[in-house]
Amino acid sequence: MSNGLALLSIFVLSVFIGFEVVSKVSTTLHTPLMSGANAIHGIILVGAITVADRAANNLQLILAIIAVVLATINMVGGFVVTDRMLEMFKGKPRAAKSEAGDSK
Amino acid sequence: MSRNLYDLLGLFVSVCFIMALKGLSSPKSARRGNLIGAFGATVATVLVFFEPGSSHHHIALILGAVLFGVVVGVPAARKIQMTQMPQLVALFNGVGGGAAALVAIVEYLKLGSTASTADVVATVFTVIVGCVSFSGSVITFLKLQELMTTRPVVFPGGRFVIAGTLVGVLGTAGWVINSLGTAPLLIMGALALAFGVLFVLPVGGADVPIVISLLNAFTGLTVAASGYVLQATLLIVAGTLVGASGTILTRLMAAAMGRSLFGTLFGAFTAKPQAASEAGEVRPVKSGSAEDVAILLNYAQRVVIVPGFGLAVAQAQHTVREMADLLTSKGIDVAYGIHPVAGRMPGHMNVLLAEANVPYEQLVEMEEVNPTFPQTDVVLVVGANDVVNPAAKTTPGCPIYGMPILDVAQAGNVIFLKRSMRPGFAGIENELLYDAKTTLLFGDAKESLTKVVSALKNL
Repeated sequence: MSNGLALLSIFVLSVFIGFEVVSKVSTTLHTPLMSGANAIHGIILVGAITVADRAANNLQLILAIIAVVLATINMVGGFVVTDRMLEMFKGKPRAAKSEAGDSK
Repeated sequence: MSRNLYDLLGLFVSVCFIMALKGLSSPKSARRGNLIGAFGATVATVLVFFEPGSSHHHIALILGAVLFGVVVGVPAARKIQMTQMPQLVALFNGVGGGAAALVAIVEYLKLGSTASTADVVATVFTVIVGCVSFSGSVITFLKLQELMTTRPVVFPGGRFVIAGTLVGVLGTAGWVINSLGTAPLLIMGALALAFGVLFVLPVGGADVPIVISLLNAFTGLTVAASGYVLQATLLIVAGTLVGASGTILTRLMAAAMGRSLFGTLFGAFTAKPQAASEAGEVRPVKSGSAEDVAILLNYAQRVVIVPGFGLAVAQAQHTVREMADLLTSKGIDVAYGIHPVAGRMPGHMNVLLAEANVPYEQLVEMEEVNPTFPQTDVVLVVGANDVVNPAAKTTPGCPIYGMPILDVAQAGNVIFLKRSMRPGFAGIENELLYDAKTTLLFGDAKESLTKVVSALKNL
């Protein structure tokens, strides 16, 4: 199997996994799920670091460094804001009362 | 580090992301799922510095850039008001799309004429969709932040301009693939940015969350395509997962709002611009004082509170809970009727009320609360409008037509707490405001509720 075909296979199988994992989700979780998925595509940071490392001239380096900054904001900010949303859902309603003070 | 070990750890990260999405789709495991995802992302970021064959030429600069990103991103995510969270998600998505487009551009510049056709096609795809995602997300941000009008922006001949831009994007894409030049790539990127703007402008405010979700899926696919160019399996898996799950999520969201995806994206082309002239005529409404509202509530058997974005803006969630507690202590049955898209996004209101420690059992979903309205004496609508607007049922062609609503008109009395007669986020007049059984209490939701609470205590 050629390398391109192997990558294509990975792509197609990932499509099915992606469909499968979120096929049943309540409306309550739509926003956190979107936000979590949003954070995951921040993994483009890995690609940004790779191209920055290989940059052949200053123009490429500058563009790559901008990409690193943007991707980091996407990834780190995305996970933090998702965690903040989900913090609200944690525990049973009674328990949440006493914990609310600590989380601030 | 050997290539095999590197790839194996990459596989581990891919599994983390699958577990993360799986976890995020169930309330019990959602928070853990997100942490698993964050852990996987951290591992991947550390790992890439040890990728076999990396030069480490610019390591200080790269680490500095990562640090800068963290310094910008974390405080933004920590300090943001929960009410403004949807636009922050939109913005994060936009910068992700922009990053993917930049990565593809840099790789393209480097490959030059050695690029294979498949690489160029993947690059072209990444740049186009990344740019659309970036500029589109910026427009959704501006709409949600209300820095620009939330109404659909439709201009004469708009559809031809949009179609023309799309043809331009595709034409330059063909040019890039044939000529492998830098200039065509930049022209294509610029046209794609313009298309992103034009594509989101006609979308009405209420439909913006669906567009954010769609652009999120787009960004996922661009990440996958750039993974193909860079031969990075992890990027392909992660990007595709987000692209596929994001597409499903977009459809689920559209279904929850009773909208077809096609109608959301292209509805503004077919619908005529809403006549704004109606706002000019003054029609009589019944407005009451806080005492009137308190009396209505005090003698009710059952009260349903319908919270909307206005409640969130006024930060009135704590006051509304205080009032609900007071009513409960008087033996009145209190429930919150939560529309799936109350607030700005599906589930947004649940997050806000959970923040105010409203007991879960009082939060009732739309399907369950709707049949109880005929037995409800008073419905208190706090800063909501579109989600109770009967026009969604009665006026074909209006932007929210077909959206399921809370049937508050079935209740004995309806009280609206509103700042003004201004229409809701979707920009549509609400006939219910003029109904005989409706009482309006004008003012900031928090101040009004505080007055109602003190009036209730005096009764």
